[in-house]
Amino acid sequence: MSMQLHDFENSFQQKVDAEIKIEPKDWMPEAYRKTLIRQISQHAHSEIVGMLPEGNWISRAPSLKRKAILISKVQDEAGHGLYLYSSCETLGITREETINDLNSGKAKYSSIFNYPTLTWADMGAIGWLVDGAAILNQVMLCRTSYGPYARAMVRICKEESFHQRQGFDILLTLSRGTDAQKAMCQDAINRWWWPSLMMFGPKDSESTNTDQSMKWKIKRKTNDELRQQFIDMCAEQVKILNMHLPDKDLKWNTETQHYDFGEIDWSEFWNVVKGNGPCNKQRLEARRKAHEEGEWVREAAAAYAEKRKSRASAGNLEAA
Amino acid sequence: MPITNSEFPITNSQLLITNQLINYTLHLADNTLILAQQNSEWCGHGPILEQDIAITNISLDLLGQARNFYQYAAELINQSTSQPINLLTSQPATEDTLAYLRDNREFRNCLLVEQENGDWAKTILRQFVFSNYQYLLYEKMQDSKDEALRAIAEKALKEVIYHLKWSSEWVIRLGDGTEESNQRINKAVIELWPYVDELFINAAYESALISNNISVDVASLKNLWMQKTKEIFAEATLGIPENIFAHKGGKQGMHTERLGYILAEMQFLQRAYPNSVW
Repeated sequence: MSMQLHDFENSFQQKVDAEIKIEPKDWMPEAYRKTLIRQISQHAHSEIVGMLPEGNWISRAPSLKRKAILISKVQDEAGHGLYLYSSCETLGITREETINDLNSGKAKYSSIFNYPTLTWADMGAIGWLVDGAAILNQVMLCRTSYGPYARAMVRICKEESFHQRQGFDILLTLSRGTDAQKAMCQDAINRWWWPSLMMFGPKDSESTNTDQSMKWKIKRKTNDELRQQFIDMCAEQVKILNMHLPDKDLKWNTETQHYDFGEIDWSEFWNVVKGNGPCNKQRLEARRKAHEEGEWVREAAAAYAEKRKSRASAGNLEAA
Repeated sequence: MPITNSEFPITNSQLLITNQLINYTLHLADNTLILAQQNSEWCGHGPILEQDIAITNISLDLLGQARNFYQYAAELINQSTSQPINLLTSQPATEDTLAYLRDNREFRNCLLVEQENGDWAKTILRQFVFSNYQYLLYEKMQDSKDEALRAIAEKALKEVIYHLKWSSEWVIRLGDGTEESNQRINKAVIELWPYVDELFINAAYESALISNNISVDVASLKNLWMQKTKEIFAEATLGIPENIFAHKGGKQGMHTERLGYILAEMQFLQRAYPNSVW
């Protein structure tokens, strides 16, 4: 018996090593399934909770064009949530269960969405920094070993690069605007920079999941590798904005061919993860409220569908 | 021989028509913008993820229609020799000056679209009432003598067909769903019915343009609107209220108190940071 399990595990790992995608009906280690459910559902929840900080500015978008772009962006995120909940379902967990785990506080979502959006410039900073950080992670996940997740990621990545560009464009416009707009732009960068760096997760030396996930090719780059790639990218892009990143230790290192950067305040990160971020309560409350207030709507839809079905079968009987 | 203005002077009546056309176009734009603004509040808060996406889609469609109407109105204003509507800036009118720098007495939307979202039932019913009207309106507007309005209506009609289908299905689902959903949609009917009639009473700018075949005679749409409503309500097991007092005035710029708050929120950045590019 144990010999058999061992064989399954070996052939699974051989497949992963040979870059053959794992599909829903294939045998997979229970821990692989659990890791994926955790990761994909967290990702789905992040898309859904992520609608809230940006949705906060839809009603106040400063031009009709910006309003249209922002609405379609937030709507894209709802669509991403849908793809991801569907890929999660291929692993044997229903959307309802997954959503209940979010509402009960059991499941996590990206901590970045527990920060408030205080000014219009935050729409730009989220697009440029938050979506920018997310893209690096997602581009890597397009090659993840689980087929449905990888395919969902390919679709998502196409839309995400548009999101990042629109964010940068908001900041670029502000950076060329009035003094008040420039100040708004710098302030948003100051507030979103460090939380964006934390999006890649703890340092490799502290990360508990990295090794196994790399072996299973769920992840293909470590947290620190992705973070460095992000910093190198942003340190150059910020020059186009004529703004600066709020890190006095940020410096090009000719030896490593990367930017050196200052110490990340991990106590802040863990505090937000534990629920003490500025908006943890509000975000979860908003999701619960939508869910609870939607209960009667879902019940009505189900009741009506049921009635239609029984009327149709009664009709069939009469016809027969 | 070139045609010059001196040979064909712009007559007072032409000027009058242009002014009425500007008012009419702004009315069409304001209707769609205010409803788009209100529907977009559901984004991220819908009862079902798929329906969150659907109502947001409708909001986006309406916003797109509003932009087309505002752009056309701005063009008309900038070409017209009369004073620009927007006195706050000396800049030419744009879709944004028209949406963001007019106050509530200048908005010409019907009262229906500024009624609050309420619960899902009220939002659904407001959408059904409006889409049913808008479908008939745009269908007729496809024959307008005004080329720009005709083009906008043709494009928008495709969207509205979907809005009407979607909202009709939801009215039926809620009416014939559970006892609670039936009560909720009935309540929405009572709350919104006073704002139905205004849709079918021609404002001065509509009446003035009917004989030139520019505007649609909205009074002529009412029977068809009622026919469709009866059909859907019958399937939804809903009754049609009778002898309800009808509120009006929105199309002439006399609004409910709520519009002031909608505009205060929507226009905040343009008002707080004047003369900025976004």
